[in-house]
Amino acid sequence: MRLVVVGASLAGLRAAQAARAAGHDGELVVVGEERHLPYTRPPLSKELLQGAHEADGCAFPCDDLDVAWRLGEAATGLDPAAREVALAGGERLPFDALVIATGCRARPWTGPGAELDGVHTIRHLDDAIALRAALTTRPAPRLAIVGAGFIGCEVAASVRGLGVDVTLIDVAPLPMPALGPLLGEHCARMHREHGVDLRLGAGIAALRGDGRVEAVELEDGTRVDADVVVVALGAIPNTEWLAGSGLTLDPGVACDAHLAAVGTTGVYAAGDVASWPHPLAGGARIRVEHWTNAAEQGTIAGRHAVAGEDGERAPHVAVPSFWSDQYDAKIQAIGLPRLARHVEVVEAAPEGDRFVAVGERDGRVVAALAVNGARRLPWYRRRVADGVTLDALRAELADDPKAFGPPAAREVVG
Amino acid sequence: MIKVIVDMNLCQSHGECVYAAPGVFELGDDDVLRWQEEVDESRREELEEAVNVCPMMAIRLEG
Repeated sequence: MRLVVVGASLAGLRAAQAARAAGHDGELVVVGEERHLPYTRPPLSKELLQGAHEADGCAFPCDDLDVAWRLGEAATGLDPAAREVALAGGERLPFDALVIATGCRARPWTGPGAELDGVHTIRHLDDAIALRAALTTRPAPRLAIVGAGFIGCEVAASVRGLGVDVTLIDVAPLPMPALGPLLGEHCARMHREHGVDLRLGAGIAALRGDGRVEAVELEDGTRVDADVVVVALGAIPNTEWLAGSGLTLDPGVACDAHLAAVGTTGVYAAGDVASWPHPLAGGARIRVEHWTNAAEQGTIAGRHAVAGEDGERAPHVAVPSFWSDQYDAKIQAIGLPRLARHVEVVEAAPEGDRFVAVGERDGRVVAALAVNGARRLPWYRRRVADGVTLDALRAELADDPKAFGPPAAREVVG
Repeated sequence: MIKVIVDMNLCQSHGECVYAAPGVFELGDDDVLRWQEEVDESRREELEEAVNVCPMMAIRLEG
């Protein structure tokens, strides 16, 4: 039996490892568009930019897997009936089981000035190396970051320590919009305290320059001078190669609870590219672009792919978990913050910046958000998985000696 | 028994292992990881999950 995994990042690697761990001793081919063996991406916007890690510190250990790596080769098509993946070089790669783990790419700026030199995105190792070089080869560079989500905020925090002059721009009223206004206020304050020029509610009109970028022009006509621009506008799932395959794209690869691509046999998806029904979302399909989800789904998809249709299978129901490191704050979240109708702080340390907030929808807790509250989050993740209500959670916290303390001093933000 | 090794130079207290294998791993009041160094074979699956989901690749199992 031949297992083909398309995508050589975290989800693809975990799928390959899980297949071997489940006893798959047949052929195992992993196709990757990048020339690198699998590496971990979170340091790209943090330690790698700061210079605290070298590129080889990001490599995953993966040399004992007996994998036929096909690196530097993009998949360009899938024929589920013929059970073949087409590669960019024209080769057709047959499979018995397939795991699709092609992830996402950085959403580019497509407006005026997109072609200018000095405009960067960060998704790949080579991107981070190029950005670090651009910021360290000229004295006191001015960096404008377009987009104040996870990547934009992390880049801002990482390069402030390098003496880079940072302007962080977003059309949204607060940074980290995915985590809601409470965390957004906290992040905005943090960045301002660290000397970031934060421009919120500011749309981008154009990138300006002559061959090389010189400024970001905002929609109100303001000009933000910049030697380097990072475009951090989120990510787009890599599914174009699946056009015409018959797979349902929504825009991720639509899967069932077992991560099998809807309407197929022996085709699975995992990681940023997979969309699957989640109990927290009332069974609606969601897509999660975070590290832990890619690790968990890769493992499940790899296991299911080699178990076959009659093998033992388990739905992927894990409560999502993710984090962002900015300055000395570890921001962590579990659940689905974007579903929350209302967010409030439920415990806070009397001194310092440590607190946990929860997001509620229809009485149930759907997310927990913590700043420097790592030790509390596993408990919240279990309670959210159990479907805890906000009232029950408040009652449990009142009697929990491990909680930071009552949130009295902090405002509730809707 | 399975031997659990954590490289504390890598650990950043994400807590994923605490969720994957509760009781084996724990974050203290200072958010520093504590763990059992010898764990019964019956918990292998949870330990392997902890290795899988550690974002810092800080956990290793022996035996």
